[in-house]
Amino acid sequence: MIRSRHYTPAHEDFRQTVRRFMERECAPHRDEWQKAGRTPSDLWLRAGEAGLLCPKVGSEFGGGGGDLYHGLIIIEEQTRICFNELTFYLHSDIIAPYIELYGTEDQKARYLPRLISGELVTAIAMTEPGAGSDLQAIRTTARPDGNGYRLNGQKVFISNGQVANLIVVAAKTDPEGGARGISLFLMETDGTEGFTRGRNLNKIGCKAQDSSELFFDDVRLAPDSLLGGAEGQGFAQLMLRLPEERLIMAMSAVANTEEAVAETARYVEQRQAFGQKLSGFQNTRFKLAECKTKAMLGRAFLERSIDAFIEGRFDATQGAMIKWWTTQRQYEVADECLQLHGGYGYMSEYDISRRFADSRLGRIAGGTNEIMKDIIGRTL
Amino acid sequence: MSPTELADTATDLPYTEEHSIFRASARRFFETECAPHQEAWGKAKLAPRSIWARAGEMGFLCPRVPPEYGGAGGDILFSVILIEEQVRTGAIAPMMSLHSDIVAPYLTSYGTQAQKARYLPGMINGEIITAIAMTEPSGGSDLQAMRTTAKRDGDDYIINGQKTFISNGICADLIIVAAKTDPAARARGISLFLVEADQAKGFARGRNLDKLGQHASDTAELFFEDVRVPAANLLGGKEGRGFAQLMDRLVEERLMASVASVAMIDRALAITIDYVKGRQAFGQRILDFQNTRFKLAEAKTEATVLHIFLEFMDGGLDPAAAAALKYWATDQQCAIIDDCVQLHGGYGYILDYPIAQMWVDGRITRIYAGANEIMKDIVGRAVSAEATHDG
Repeated sequence: MIRSRHYTPAHEDFRQTVRRFMERECAPHRDEWQKAGRTPSDLWLRAGEAGLLCPKVGSEFGGGGGDLYHGLIIIEEQTRICFNELTFYLHSDIIAPYIELYGTEDQKARYLPRLISGELVTAIAMTEPGAGSDLQAIRTTARPDGNGYRLNGQKVFISNGQVANLIVVAAKTDPEGGARGISLFLMETDGTEGFTRGRNLNKIGCKAQDSSELFFDDVRLAPDSLLGGAEGQGFAQLMLRLPEERLIMAMSAVANTEEAVAETARYVEQRQAFGQKLSGFQNTRFKLAECKTKAMLGRAFLERSIDAFIEGRFDATQGAMIKWWTTQRQYEVADECLQLHGGYGYMSEYDISRRFADSRLGRIAGGTNEIMKDIIGRTL
Repeated sequence: MSPTELADTATDLPYTEEHSIFRASARRFFETECAPHQEAWGKAKLAPRSIWARAGEMGFLCPRVPPEYGGAGGDILFSVILIEEQVRTGAIAPMMSLHSDIVAPYLTSYGTQAQKARYLPGMINGEIITAIAMTEPSGGSDLQAMRTTAKRDGDDYIINGQKTFISNGICADLIIVAAKTDPAARARGISLFLVEADQAKGFARGRNLDKLGQHASDTAELFFEDVRVPAANLLGGKEGRGFAQLMDRLVEERLMASVASVAMIDRALAITIDYVKGRQAFGQRILDFQNTRFKLAEAKTEATVLHIFLEFMDGGLDPAAAAALKYWATDQQCAIIDDCVQLHGGYGYILDYPIAQMWVDGRITRIYAGANEIMKDIVGRAVSAEATHDG
């Protein structure tokens, strides 16, 4: 397999730990958690104990001091057991960096150790009913109140919205200020008056991952809940993180593409029709060849992008390119692979049906693929 | 119209200063000595011998042949540069890569000392132009089904049969001919022969075929009627090796086909970006329409993915990966050039515009070097083998 030049044997050791955790602590509960529409909170504590949370956060806060590869390994291993709903990556590699990179010393010390232990489970609340990819259009406000703020508004499609007890909330501190009017706040949910969670939304796929509406009705925020301590930085903070977030989405897309091909290749070897193995039909071979090609290209793209990222050469355009390309291919491959499974592919007990349903999300989340093409198109 | 200068593609390939100098001189050569004559050569359906001699003089033929045979002993990147620069100018002829990257390696890899010494120096200076004759009227990708035979007769072989779609078939002085030395055997019955056209009594060139595109290159049927070839011209000196030799060379051939297709994508994009910036419709530039930006963004991303995959060329590609790359690169090339024609509107259909010429010239790539259906078969069988192995 094509691997980045930064992949080391230490990463392989970490993979073994992760694989054990996935097989023992997650795989046996998959159906149960999917029915419940969420993961239990003690899962996060166990993940913390096993060293799976925030592997990239600096060791001065008790984190693993690792790199992008630790996140990739977790994604690959959860993909192996077809468990796309585990949102450790969201907590560890998307949200924790906001605190580590932009937080005040006090915020880092207060929160990071508890993110690492799993005591705090996080969510990030940007999207609103009237503002998805168009972030500048958000209406949630944080108005000055004494030396703190009052938060009012509504969010939607928030992953971990049901399980989170620390939420990064994007709100306008200057409603007239456009991009510069947006700030991020760290809001602990326990005992917070005026904060309510809406329904756990029913989704096409990713059933065990909770996604919620969130409501803020005159929520009182302490002055030190403003991330980084300066107003108006939110939009820039979000934008700066996007290339890495999109690279993380590509990790899941590539891993799922590979797994779909591998499990389908096994299926068509053992399944018979019209007196021969499915793999004996030319159409099967051609379709699998197309899928395999997409998987190989995606892997090469991903590994070289990780190289570029680690070496500081990965920019917003590259992030947009790899995100749309890999999620689009993931979806196409999942669909073709489901087709090769015939009726069984439509049954939930076959992983391919879950991969197909899950894969629909990638083309929307993390900035829709249309936004990605717009970003690339503007550079021409 | 000159395409927008592409920034050197971000690449991890180990290019050196020497490569850059070589690239600059190759670019000059194709721009000033080849591109302006394509129309005339296209009418003649042939490039003149003088351009081969000129290419040889400039060091652009067989850049990878080792110094002991008069070559420059360059690495694969010299071949990549020549392909990229030729494609950049849209010059179809002369078919130098066929000569340098497909035919020459048969000699350097499998030829006897005598064969190398006899032919390589002339191939390097452009005195000997080469072709390779595998395809027959009844068998293209299915090589094992070939009917041309080579029968041993004393110190000679006698070749009988017919070949078709042979690039450089009209201009070639030396032709590597695949023939069955054992007609009863399939793969193991095939051998390769070095046939000197002017020495071969009974050898005849058929029509210079009329093609959809690529008009400046000659493509011919070849006929062999009791053609006597000395046994010394059996490539490598041993019978029955032909199929293995061909298979072995295909990985690189497909890689080079992909390099050409990716270069075509780069050129189509550069030309089209220029066009949509200059052309107005409904009060704005064509580029300012969302559809235009999205189409070009998709193409740009495909080019990026392919450039990254090409970085693995140096020893990193197995036959299945090369097949996957060939099918994907050529499919993308055709699809992207078609999108680019669309973005040109009516002008995209006019052959004065390079994008229209690219559209017709480019269609062959999905067929040559093994049809893309064959590529998918190779990849599909590899996936199957892996799944069975995983158990």
